[in-house]
Amino acid sequence: MLDFIIKRVIQTVIVIFLALTVVFFLIRLSGDPTVLMLPPDAPPEQYEEFRKQHGFDQPLHIQYVDFIKNSVKGDFGDSIRMGTSALGLVVERIPATFQLALTALTLSVVIAIPIGVISAYKRNSLTDRLGVGFTILGQAIPNFWLGLMLIYVFSVSFKMLPAGGGGSMIHLILPTVTLAMHSVAKFARFTRSTMLDVLRKDYIRTAKASGTPTNKILMKYALKNALIPLLTLISLELGTLLGGAVIVEVVFSWPGLGRLLMDSLLNRDFPVVLAGVFFIALIYTFINFVTDMLYAVVNPQIRL
Amino acid sequence: MSQVSVGDKVYVAKVKKKERKIVSLTKRLVKSPFGLMGFLVILGVCIVGIFAPVIAPFNPVETDLTKKLLAPMTGGHLLGTDQLGRDILSRIIYGTRISLIIGITTVFFAGLVGTTVGVLAGYFRGWLDVVLMRIVDVQLSFPFILLVLIINAVLGTGLKNIMISLIVVGWVSYARVIRSEVLAIREKEFIHSCFATGVPRWEIIVKHIVPNLFTPLIVLASLQVSTFIIAEASVSFLGFGVQPPTPAWGNMLNEGKNFILSSWWLITFPGLALVITTLGINLFGDWLRDELDPEMNQNR
Repeated sequence: MLDFIIKRVIQTVIVIFLALTVVFFLIRLSGDPTVLMLPPDAPPEQYEEFRKQHGFDQPLHIQYVDFIKNSVKGDFGDSIRMGTSALGLVVERIPATFQLALTALTLSVVIAIPIGVISAYKRNSLTDRLGVGFTILGQAIPNFWLGLMLIYVFSVSFKMLPAGGGGSMIHLILPTVTLAMHSVAKFARFTRSTMLDVLRKDYIRTAKASGTPTNKILMKYALKNALIPLLTLISLELGTLLGGAVIVEVVFSWPGLGRLLMDSLLNRDFPVVLAGVFFIALIYTFINFVTDMLYAVVNPQIRL
Repeated sequence: MSQVSVGDKVYVAKVKKKERKIVSLTKRLVKSPFGLMGFLVILGVCIVGIFAPVIAPFNPVETDLTKKLLAPMTGGHLLGTDQLGRDILSRIIYGTRISLIIGITTVFFAGLVGTTVGVLAGYFRGWLDVVLMRIVDVQLSFPFILLVLIINAVLGTGLKNIMISLIVVGWVSYARVIRSEVLAIREKEFIHSCFATGVPRWEIIVKHIVPNLFTPLIVLASLQVSTFIIAEASVSFLGFGVQPPTPAWGNMLNEGKNFILSSWWLITFPGLALVITTLGINLFGDWLRDELDPEMNQNR
């Protein structure tokens, strides 16, 4: 176990270092941010001054070494746009993104598992067909379009919910539903198929034959066993949701990390992009790590 | 007439077997309502894309400000017009072409790169495997769409650049799957007998390993098509992808969202086109997976 943890930590450090390196060189290729930041008629001396101030006048390899040295200390430099610490800006936005991703994850689990269980139990019935149809449709709808349609229906037509912004629970409803849709479909489909597998097992037949109530069979014997593979899927989904949040945050002007990254990309605000990438890669690899650990905990057959 | 050699007979038998397989697959497709529906949607989308100039009632980029924001079914515009008076239906029909190009070429090239990497890593193992799989790990430490966006921010906008970024990001999933397939095939007896009889390396790879990868490749590719089409639409929606006036479903939605208060049709129809297309591809892809890979998915 300890060996596994040490190995994974080393692996994570290498992956994040490589990721930062790749993104550093990639975004330097996207052009000079000076041109975007200063007015076109600014004197050349001002351009020089700006480049010097942000270190863009140095050769690329020296910029890179400086960047790595500073980022180890957690210093990604100041945002070119805002003038404040890039890491600070990113950290400030993380709670909003997590709030959105976690509520979407919770919502999808709460909706998807009953759909999957009922679908499997009443296989080939009308309920099952409706459930399957819903999951197929849910996986085909792009989340940004779903977001637009929800805004149109609930904000523009019925004026029931705000179309964008953040701050209150009411603002959370539409973005959460939009972000959760795909996961609901995925989980429901997966729950249905694992439940079907489990329901075919001998011990379920024995339980049925001995007159155990259906509820108890479904909840206690079947779902419990189906949950193990589902748990892996759910915890990996958190990473997917954090990624999907980039687009949903833009659609709903949600003040999270995704929107900050989009704005920074558009404005070539390199320090903020790098700090954001660092955090996302860190969260992502951490989630994968926790998923593997979790799997070993719930399934004693797996030895790490 | 009796000049046919044994080799030819074997060849003819092989071709016949292949034909039979295709015929029986077609028969089974006709019997599966979902699979058939998906296939027909894909066929329809292809026809619309190829014959766009014939089908489209108007020029998709021609603006006419006297006819801006017409509601559907007015002035001969079935699905209405946009803020510049362009016909929505014609733009959707031409937009099919972008999605088709993305769906076909990027999936093909991402598959080509991914398969090559996967085969090399799985066959040679050792340091090559470690290096290639670290690259895969790095890519997988980001959300797919974020990486596409970063690369597009670097390369700039346009169809060519969105294709490049999708290929650069998309090959990873092929590499992973193909590598594990190759690792398994490599341990099969027929490969071991190739080693033993001294068959050259390239021949083992090209003649004996690659042909066994077609099933997982087709299954994976059919599922990737809709992912890539949605990714292009998302990137164009965010303003990084295909630029107006070129009609693409994503950028139509991007332009349309500014008129959400007054003109619902601008955001509704391009999105519906996108949903119908991805739905068709997914239905067909699911059917294909069940047919080709029955062990993988018995219940879905």
